[in-house]
Amino acid sequence: MTEILKINNIGKSFSGVTVLKNINFSIQKGELHAIVGENGAGKSTLMKIIAGELEPEGGKVYLNGSEVKFHSPIDAIHAGISLIHQEFSLVPQLTVYENIFLGREISKKFFKINFIDKKAMKKSALEVLKTFGILNIPIDSKAKDLSVADKQLTEIAKALSTNSNLLIMDEPTAALTLRETELLFSILKNLKAQGVTIIFISHRLEEIFEIADVVTVLRNGELVGTKKIDEVTMEEVVSMMVGKSMKSRFPEKPIREISNEKMLEIKSLSSDAFKNVNFTLRKGEILGIAGLVGCGNMQLGESIFGLRDFKGEIYLEGKRVDISEPIDAIKDGIFLVPEDRHDLGLVLQRSVKENHALPNLDLFSEFGFVSSKKEKRSVRASISYLNTKVSSINQKVDNLSGGNQQKVVLGKWLVRSPKILILDEPTRGIDIGAKYEIYKFMYDQVLKGVSIIFISSELAEVLSLSDRILVMSEGRITGELDPKSTSQEDILKFAVKGKES
Amino acid sequence: MASSNGFIRKYGVIFGLLGIIIFFAIESPTYFFTSSNFILISKQSSINILLALGQMFVILTAGIDLSDGAIAGLVGAVAAGVTVATGNLFFGLLAGLGVGIGFGIVNGLIVAFAKVPAFIATLATMSAITGITLIYTQGEPIWNLPSSFDFIGQGSLLDIPFSIIIMALSFVAVWIILERTKYGRHVYAVGGNIKASRAAGVKISSVLISVYAISGLLAAIGGIILASRLGTAEPSAGSGYELDAIAAVVLGGTSLFGGEGWVVGTIIGGYIIAVLNNGMTIMNISAYYQEVVKGLVILLAVMLTSFGKKYWNE
Ligand SMILES: Nc1ncnc2c1ncn2[C@@H]1O[C@H](COP(=O)(O)OP(=O)(O)OP(=O)(O)O)[C@@H](O)[C@H]1O
Ligand SMILES: [Mg+2]
Repeated sequence: MTEILKINNIGKSFSGVTVLKNINFSIQKGELHAIVGENGAGKSTLMKIIAGELEPEGGKVYLNGSEVKFHSPIDAIHAGISLIHQEFSLVPQLTVYENIFLGREISKKFFKINFIDKKAMKKSALEVLKTFGILNIPIDSKAKDLSVADKQLTEIAKALSTNSNLLIMDEPTAALTLRETELLFSILKNLKAQGVTIIFISHRLEEIFEIADVVTVLRNGELVGTKKIDEVTMEEVVSMMVGKSMKSRFPEKPIREISNEKMLEIKSLSSDAFKNVNFTLRKGEILGIAGLVGCGNMQLGESIFGLRDFKGEIYLEGKRVDISEPIDAIKDGIFLVPEDRHDLGLVLQRSVKENHALPNLDLFSEFGFVSSKKEKRSVRASISYLNTKVSSINQKVDNLSGGNQQKVVLGKWLVRSPKILILDEPTRGIDIGAKYEIYKFMYDQVLKGVSIIFISSELAEVLSLSDRILVMSEGRITGELDPKSTSQEDILKFAVKGKES
Repeated sequence: MASSNGFIRKYGVIFGLLGIIIFFAIESPTYFFTSSNFILISKQSSINILLALGQMFVILTAGIDLSDGAIAGLVGAVAAGVTVATGNLFFGLLAGLGVGIGFGIVNGLIVAFAKVPAFIATLATMSAITGITLIYTQGEPIWNLPSSFDFIGQGSLLDIPFSIIIMALSFVAVWIILERTKYGRHVYAVGGNIKASRAAGVKISSVLISVYAISGLLAAIGGIILASRLGTAEPSAGSGYELDAIAAVVLGGTSLFGGEGWVVGTIIGGYIIAVLNNGMTIMNISAYYQEVVKGLVILLAVMLTSFGKKYWNE
């Protein structure tokens, strides 16, 4: 094997805060190299340095044996490196195929003037998607109208179509369900067979053990070690990541009797994304809603929270409620942690403190004036509860690592006492230590009598946490399962029901 | 290094103002660098700063108010007209402020409910309001204002011109509202991410309507001071003020994309424009050239701050 990339003594700091120290490691040609580490460990920063988006402080980068200095992402792309970002970088107003060819538009000449050839672009985009088996993306849709998973697949297609020989993927599976993840893995195996080198970041360790050859662990900006995947166990990787051993990924489920008291009743709810949905959520219950991308569970959650129009009836503790705006839901004690944190969860240019306070200002203010004391106390409490890594509570949310941004979104609702929490992918992009904390938080809540609607594409966590699982397919509920006697395969069976026909 | 960018954006404008002051102080120490001239500059800037403070609310929500100069003109005429007609200053002021807030609310309703982009909506109302002013005044200035009316723009309290006091009070009020209240937080949040704000329970339409109403109110105060200072309500008095107000806000570092801004910056932006006007007049530069220089300074300042953003905000 030959070395394709070598990193020598690289460091990086932002406004005086060191986030990477003395990083040394190398990547062999044709291997699938996983990078793992807690939120804020410096994974994305390191990848941005390799892809020419950030300049390192000191140290050297060697590509195919010779030193390279990238001053912009274009330099890296020309050198055959492409990076799929953790946060999406699609242009919202452009279609899927325009995004795939962004910056490399196909043009045709007409009286010596170059015009963009949309037809040809669309055709080549379809070919790219077909070669990689990505078939279900609505290619004419604008990026802003795509689901998170389709956005992710578009990003992947965009990177794949550049024919790079070093492909870096920063948490590509965080937004994907099992099915798309498997599709992605088969694409990756294909690319590997063609000699493409892949760097892959994920917080889902099973994935790493399924697909990677080598794993490198970062902790607090330092490189802890690089190991061959068949010479290491998952427990060892975990303890390298967190610096101590972790007995289990899931906290023990509290033994409790769920009363028959109905907290929420949904009666014949319909919209353009789901049809005739009926279910009951009991007090203190965790109700999992599983399904493939586009099955309508995200839209269902957002509708109950008042973000989308729907027809049908919602009863809260036996009383009919009228929810047409999020403010109505919040007043009724129904809160949502949305799927897409950048779109619905955060005001990126404002601080951690202000984001935390935004839905809670009524609690922190008197006569309309914000009490800085109450606000600070609350944001500090939620940061320490979730172990959020911020340099100060006045740091812009935009400058936080992806997982820490997610913790800010979750932390906002820790302040209030909810009746119902709708958690849509609450652990997306979150490291295993913090996931454990979130699971514990969910159990704390249900023991207090809060009911949780738990939407997740990670079947292991749905199975472990839920008291009952609804499976959706094509906007309809196709099955109700008892997690005690259910396997991941059973869920998938119901998730594709009605799809094949 | 994001902080150095923030630093330049935030404090660069202060150094800009100091630089301009030092330049004129060297060029004209006897006339420019005197305390009476600084009071004059403050007086000259007060109307623009009042409009800019209102404009800032709107720009923070990623909108723009092109009609605030027109509102100032109409309000000056209405306040003067009603004062003359009723012989009562109080009625005149009330009518003026009411008209300002009213047209502000109209702007807000168009933006919030008809979902017309702010630029188009306020361009249309600017034209309509200018027309209404001409209809109301029949195109003639309103004379014969009582001396109580003139006091607002010409009088002093303890040797400080009354218009400066109004400007200072407005600044303090705006600072408190934006930095210390729940409402201020909502304004920043709506401008930063309207969808996330809605999902956090913010009433988007109330925020949008109110920022235009505030802009209307501050434009009304500015318009009354303007008419009072001139001692007559000219139908075209407010024209062009909207551009100076926008310039002051942008010079002060407020992002036209919304969500980010600094009240102190807006005041400094207003002073930069006033010092430039004043200094160039003292140096006997013709008014025609003054406009060109002002344009270039605004361009330079905005280029520096946005260059800072691209270059440093890695
Ligand atoms: N532009 C920036 N300004 C200031 N701090 C930054 C900036 N970008 C990243 N950081 C900080 O650097 C640290 C490392 O961030 P990075 O995004 O590399 O983490 P990560 O390992 O990818 O985490 P995650 O798993 O949450 O994605 C974080 O503490 C983050 O707050
Ligand atoms: Mg990251």
